[in-house]
Amino acid sequence: MPHCHVITQPAHRKETKMAVCIAVIAKENYPLYIRSVPTQNELKFHYTVHTSLDVVEEKISAAGKSLGDQRELYLGLLYPTEDYKVYGYVTNSKVKFVIVVDSSNTSLRDNEIRSMFRKLHNSFTDVMCNPFHTPGNPIQSKAFDEIVSGMMAPSA
Amino acid sequence: MPEVSLFTLVPSTGMADDALFEFLHMEIVAHVYRDLQSLKGDTDTKDRSSRVSILEGMGYRVGQGLIERLTRDSPCFKDELDIMKFICKDFWTKVFRRQVDNLRTNHQGTYVLQDNKFNLLTQLSNGKQYLDQAPKYLAFSCGVVRGALSNLGLESVVTAEVSVMPSCKFQVVIQKL
Repeated sequence: MPHCHVITQPAHRKETKMAVCIAVIAKENYPLYIRSVPTQNELKFHYTVHTSLDVVEEKISAAGKSLGDQRELYLGLLYPTEDYKVYGYVTNSKVKFVIVVDSSNTSLRDNEIRSMFRKLHNSFTDVMCNPFHTPGNPIQSKAFDEIVSGMMAPSA
Repeated sequence: MPEVSLFTLVPSTGMADDALFEFLHMEIVAHVYRDLQSLKGDTDTKDRSSRVSILEGMGYRVGQGLIERLTRDSPCFKDELDIMKFICKDFWTKVFRRQVDNLRTNHQGTYVLQDNKFNLLTQLSNGKQYLDQAPKYLAFSCGVVRGALSNLGLESVVTAEVSVMPSCKFQVVIQKL
């Protein structure tokens, strides 16, 4: 069971910074990159990410209507399900990042999630500047894969 | 150490980035015109427009990547005018090392950006001698602006004209879907 595996690790390992699913969605709302912990049913995560897009759109349009408000890129907790918590982030180019974490992982604080998003955004910017990458194509960068692996829960 | 790369044109590092880009740009234009000419013979209007679109296409891809890097830390833009102001100030400063001198709009999606000392034209002499060559050197920059706007969510058509060197006007027409 992946959950037991995390508890038995020593405290200085990044036990607290683990996501179960990370996705990058293009502005036209199709996935550019989606990776989940393989022990779980991947289709379930795809579905979770898909449904979270509605909440993302809602947050974006709600923030847009409040006058004079400088909207942040970090959207915060999108919605909690009984097993998972879903966080969102949108860039200025309307690319969305979604991180799904286990609900039982209560030690993950807000600013840790923010820093995960920042790392993703930085790595994504590098991918965009790679002349061999065409915007709109799925992301196939090893560097990006490594950043994401560093944030995902280890597979059992 | 500040980054030295053509994708992050940081003006004040004292490194040779700016001159490198100017030389590269001149050579790109020369290459596109020289190579295609050797294949197809004399220039005619159809060839000329395909070369301009090659340069513009290059600029488009560069603009997309650049804007991703330059807006990484800035807050979201409120509206179209806000985006255009960003292009005229921060973006123009980072890419062309100066701000746009004049921005005019009809508030219906057409913007005219006037730069009185466009830095990719300053190397050409100020008189009328090279006036008809000037559009070749503006195609890439039109593409950069179009790529930047496209990644910010605005599809547009960007054209440029020169009447008095080195001042030029970029016309941006936002396409409403």
